[in-house]
Amino acid sequence: MAAIKIHEENDQNVKSIAADIKPKNKILFKITKFNPHVDTHMKYVDYDVEYEHWNTVLDALLMIKHKVDPSLALRYSCRQASCGSCGMMINDKPSLACFTKINELGSDVVKIEPMSNFPILRDLAVDFTQMFNTHKKLKPYIIRSDSEISQSNEIKEFSQDPDSVEKYIQFANCIKCGLCNSACPTMATDSSFMGPQALTQAYRYVSDDRDKGKNTRLKIIDERHGIWRCHFAGSCSKVCPKGVDPAMGIQFLRSYLLGFRD
Amino acid sequence: MNKQHNNRIGIKAWLNPWRYGIERFAYWLMRITGVGLLVYFIMHIYETSSILDGKEIWNKMLDLTQTPEGHLILVLVIGMSTFHTINGIRIMLGHGGIGVGKASRPDYPYAPKSQNMKNKLCIYASIGLAALAMLYSVEVMFGE
Ligand code: HEM
Ligand code: SF4
Ligand code: FES
Repeated sequence: MAAIKIHEENDQNVKSIAADIKPKNKILFKITKFNPHVDTHMKYVDYDVEYEHWNTVLDALLMIKHKVDPSLALRYSCRQASCGSCGMMINDKPSLACFTKINELGSDVVKIEPMSNFPILRDLAVDFTQMFNTHKKLKPYIIRSDSEISQSNEIKEFSQDPDSVEKYIQFANCIKCGLCNSACPTMATDSSFMGPQALTQAYRYVSDDRDKGKNTRLKIIDERHGIWRCHFAGSCSKVCPKGVDPAMGIQFLRSYLLGFRD
Repeated sequence: MNKQHNNRIGIKAWLNPWRYGIERFAYWLMRITGVGLLVYFIMHIYETSSILDGKEIWNKMLDLTQTPEGHLILVLVIGMSTFHTINGIRIMLGHGGIGVGKASRPDYPYAPKSQNMKNKLCIYASIGLAALAMLYSVEVMFGE
């Protein structure tokens, strides 16, 4: 086998990278365990975790699940902030476990709890049924009378210029993780509130110039537990991991109803 | 479904102003000042309506309210109404989609554009002006 000769300069680089890697760090994870069918109260279980500086909270939870406590219930899939499954309270803040590095938390203890304002299925897994139902209720799809497929089965695309895409692309970034609903103060008390996730998706379609469903959606959100319960506290935008800025979308949506735009 | 299972934070979420930044603090202060002003408004109607019961009753009411404690309440009311009005105008403009930024392609680290400097400065200004108004009213009511 031919020996691979590393250029001296590269060798230096490799060495300096290796020197940056610190030995394993130790940290305490306090994780909520709760089975609503059996337990009357949530309890915290402590786990000592060894981690490298590149590890995420999800890495640590999976290490615990694989090596210490296989009963730990959590939901995850993509590990890269794309699927929206791994939302939880990390040190009291709604966050994605796969998008939060342990190092960045800057604390000696990591407190992990299920996302607030969602029913708990078990431990860290919460029930998204209500959020998804509300999302569907606001018709998250292009509404118009004609179709991309004509009667003669020809396919014609609804064309759109790049400037029009910029108007909604921010809101289309939503991964339905529910962190915004978890941070929202209205969600904390009003079990029927539509919530920032669904309201923002209503605006995502209203702001798409291929869509003709604006009035239909405005009628749906203009009700007791609809858009008027938003107080523009902005906490949804603070926690959104995808830059959707739900508070912006909701105010734009409300501005139609208030007559600021048509 | 029991409360634990639902896992809603409840009214505690309204009462904690220390999470999610200055905008959430403003939300909390808006509530407190709104309710405070409402309580003052009701008391104020009760106070001034006593004039209908004649001069004597009215003067008795003045003895009760034109006191250091009464003036302290007025100082608070001046501070509350200053903050509530200025922040209220910010919120109303925001509700109309004014000053909440422009939609664009999100870019890491995803700083929300609806929480821009204009909004933050407006919140700081409404707190600062409320403090100034309170100082001035202290000078007027408690000064020489
Ligand atoms: C020029 C004066 C005022 C302006 C611009 C103003 C504006 C507002 C706005 C925009 C809100 C909604 C806040 C939100 O969505 O969370 C609000 C809430 C409220 N206001 Fe005022 N307001 C004014 C005067 C008053 C007065 C005089 C009172 C009392 C008598 C009052 C009592 C309240 C109460 C109780 C709330 C509800 C608080 C909440 O939901 O957070 N406001 N005000
Ligand atoms: S708006 Fe943001 S926080 Fe809310 S569900 Fe979508 S991606 Fe998650
Ligand atoms: S695992 Fe997919 S968003 Fe975290």
